Amino acid sequence: MKDQSAVLDSNLAPRDGKGSELMKRMQKGLVRLFNGHKTFDHGIYPIEHKELTAHKPIRRMPFADELVIPLQQHKGRPAIPLVKVGQEVVRGEPIAVADHFVSVPMHAPATGVIRAIGLAPTAEGPKTQAIYLKVYHAASQEVLYDLERDPERMTGQEIIEAVQDAGLVGLGGGAFPSHVKMKPAAGHVIETVLVNGCECEPYLTCDHRIMLEQTDALVRGIMMAIKATRAERAIIGVEDNKLDAVAHLRARLPKDLPISVEAVQSKYPQGAEKMLIKALLGREVPVGGLPADVGVAVFNVGTLAQMGDLLPKTRGLIERVVTVSGPAVKNPGNFLVPIGTPVRFLLEQVGLKGPVGEVILGGPMMGMAVSSLDVPVTKPVSGVVALEPEHPDLGQRQVYPCIKCGECLNACPISLNPSMLGELAVAREYESMAGEYNLDQCFECGCCAYVCPSNIPLTQYFRIAKSINRDAAARHYDARHPDPHPHHYDRHKDNKTHH
Amino acid sequence: MSIETPAAKAGPFAHEPVSIPRTMGLVMLALLPATLFGIVQFGWPALYLFVATILAAILAEAASLRVAGKPVRPYLMDGSAILTGWLLAMTLPPWAPWWIGAVGSLLAIVVAKQVFGGIGQNLFNPAMVARVALLITFPLEMTSFTVPTPLFSAHAPGLLESLAITFGVQGFDAFSGATVLGHVRTELGQGHALSAILPEVFGSVSGAVGTVAGSMGETSALLLLGGGIFLIYKRIISWHIPVTMMGTIAVLATVMHLVDPEHYTGPYYHLVSGATLLGAFFIATDLVTSPVTRLGQIIFAAGCGLLVYVIRTWAGYPEGVAFAVLLMNACTPLIDHYVKPRVYGRDRRGQPIEYADDAEVQS
Repeated sequence: MKDQSAVLDSNLAPRDGKGSELMKRMQKGLVRLFNGHKTFDHGIYPIEHKELTAHKPIRRMPFADELVIPLQQHKGRPAIPLVKVGQEVVRGEPIAVADHFVSVPMHAPATGVIRAIGLAPTAEGPKTQAIYLKVYHAASQEVLYDLERDPERMTGQEIIEAVQDAGLVGLGGGAFPSHVKMKPAAGHVIETVLVNGCECEPYLTCDHRIMLEQTDALVRGIMMAIKATRAERAIIGVEDNKLDAVAHLRARLPKDLPISVEAVQSKYPQGAEKMLIKALLGREVPVGGLPADVGVAVFNVGTLAQMGDLLPKTRGLIERVVTVSGPAVKNPGNFLVPIGTPVRFLLEQVGLKGPVGEVILGGPMMGMAVSSLDVPVTKPVSGVVALEPEHPDLGQRQVYPCIKCGECLNACPISLNPSMLGELAVAREYESMAGEYNLDQCFECGCCAYVCPSNIPLTQYFRIAKSINRDAAARHYDARHPDPHPHHYDRHKDNKTHH
Repeated sequence: MSIETPAAKAGPFAHEPVSIPRTMGLVMLALLPATLFGIVQFGWPALYLFVATILAAILAEAASLRVAGKPVRPYLMDGSAILTGWLLAMTLPPWAPWWIGAVGSLLAIVVAKQVFGGIGQNLFNPAMVARVALLITFPLEMTSFTVPTPLFSAHAPGLLESLAITFGVQGFDAFSGATVLGHVRTELGQGHALSAILPEVFGSVSGAVGTVAGSMGETSALLLLGGGIFLIYKRIISWHIPVTMMGTIAVLATVMHLVDPEHYTGPYYHLVSGATLLGAFFIATDLVTSPVTRLGQIIFAAGCGLLVYVIRTWAGYPEGVAFAVLLMNACTPLIDHYVKPRVYGRDRRGQPIEYADDAEVQS
């Protein structure tokens, strides 16, 4: 690893957008040219801001007075509550069960009493059913719900069931139930498990810290995923702004395991699963297909580290690592946060420098701004980023008409024509967007809006267009098929990916 | 501690530090050296014409925006009207009367841009529309060039004398001359051989530095090249259009020159003369009127280069950059319709991509 140490140092140096632009660009360019790290076509290089928290070890966040646990924190059907108002629960106890296969259970993140079951705000907008848990601060908060078992002796099927029982979903932001990905449709064979340690979103460093600090659990989780999917091998893909994690993983990986580590270029959205598959395997997920179509299952490092930690103890997911960062935050860091902790409590704990303009769950590129600080941290929330009101990234600039510069075409990782799609959106030609211009392939990474000199909110146009098309399709479908199962879930419709 | 209710706008919450005013500003910055050179070389009349053309462009833009009911200030501040006027001024004979610049700006802004719907909507490069319209309408004024009379040199007109040249009724007649391209074209037409014509009007140094008769901002090949490279470095333009356009011209010129060196000028002559460099770096690269894909841009630029060479060599005009760019502008929608990038997950025919089960990993 000696040859990498120099590169490593330069990569760990602050990249805050100040200083000599020319030197930085040349340095970045040289690193990119000569390291031979793989990547995908197009993409962008946003300022990373990772230096705020990359060096900060994971610390435990205290318990808030009240935790809010939405019944739907994942893709699929909401969980069904097991508890009643007034019931006392012990930390780790199941409080909701999965509703069929594409769903996961919930576990009590703290010892306390169920205060209510009712509506709670979400970052997405509409309120959702949630369990309100009043925490007993005097309780020991010991997890009593566990049972030692040896994952080595579990069969693949048992692991898949255990993963569902643990309530595991894609912790990188995708929130897709992990056990579903382990069981591909008939006729598909998983050859490779891709472990996503890219963490391409600016500010976020929780996956970086997990790779450094929870290495053993991560390796255990990867071996379980290999066993459950019957894959031949696993590749851990890490962006080359985290070469310390690459070196650390390589040094700690037992030589006899079919796991390799590969550095990929630090380029957004490298952490989108389609981009990672392209970079590491040179294959593309076919339109309308899933990674399983090219023999791949992708899991985030955080998910697998939790899997490696929870399964041997038969526990459920009750906390996760969250990066709390941003220019408005006084003491940014990486924290082990109980699921259901309100964002307000997190921000109070880290302190704010002044008024806040936006609070984003996830990273600034694909994350969602909350309209209420009562929104809780849920399973897929990898970061809480607070920006000041006048932050230049908030796009308070004048919006101009499209000048067809083509920057968005060269940024789009899917090679769409966002410029044309934007014009069609303004003309409300939603069907043409989906038909001729492949709107459904867009996974809303935000690259087009990021590079647009006219400051056109392209990504938002596309979200609206997709939502209108979805509604139209649903109306069309309902009219022809009176459905006895109104909660039917079609995973093909959901194009969001892990990052 | 006060936590206010967040605004909850739509993401992404990051933006590259780019904007239309910045883009336009950087293009003007790149044009500045060649412009200053033109003003110094051709004296006060060039400056007057430059200012008159840009002022007319700003006024035309403001009036059009007012008529269209659009907010005047933000759209004026985007800098596109100033840049259009600037580019037009650079292609005019430096001692042309002020109304040539003013009429040109009106044509560029009103007819070529605002009638189409304003910034981003125009099909043709506004400055080139104006230039071609002026050339056809006022052939005398548009082909009366002047030999360089640098500021403060012995024969240079003074401030007041210059006012008379630009704003006077009579115009000027004392310093009339032709551009290198025009002169060579005329002489060739009279049956002279290149070896007899070229040495007296064209030197490799004067051609590159630009101390020759020509349009106000087109003569200095070196400064235009520098400005163009600056724009590529700043990622305002990509190399595809300028390199392809100049390469096409150079290849054609080389081939024809090798076939008959007495009648066809060489590649160097074509690259540094006339509007080749201004056209390749600043005109053909106009974001609005060039294709959006890289491959489309290469096709577009190759077409521009081909047309420039054909018009210069065989058509009725000594210079063809403006015509070439306009003709290719007309093809841009067609190019953008047919040249589309392959979408991730689809093959070239647009079908979902398929891999044979035992296929080697492909890229």
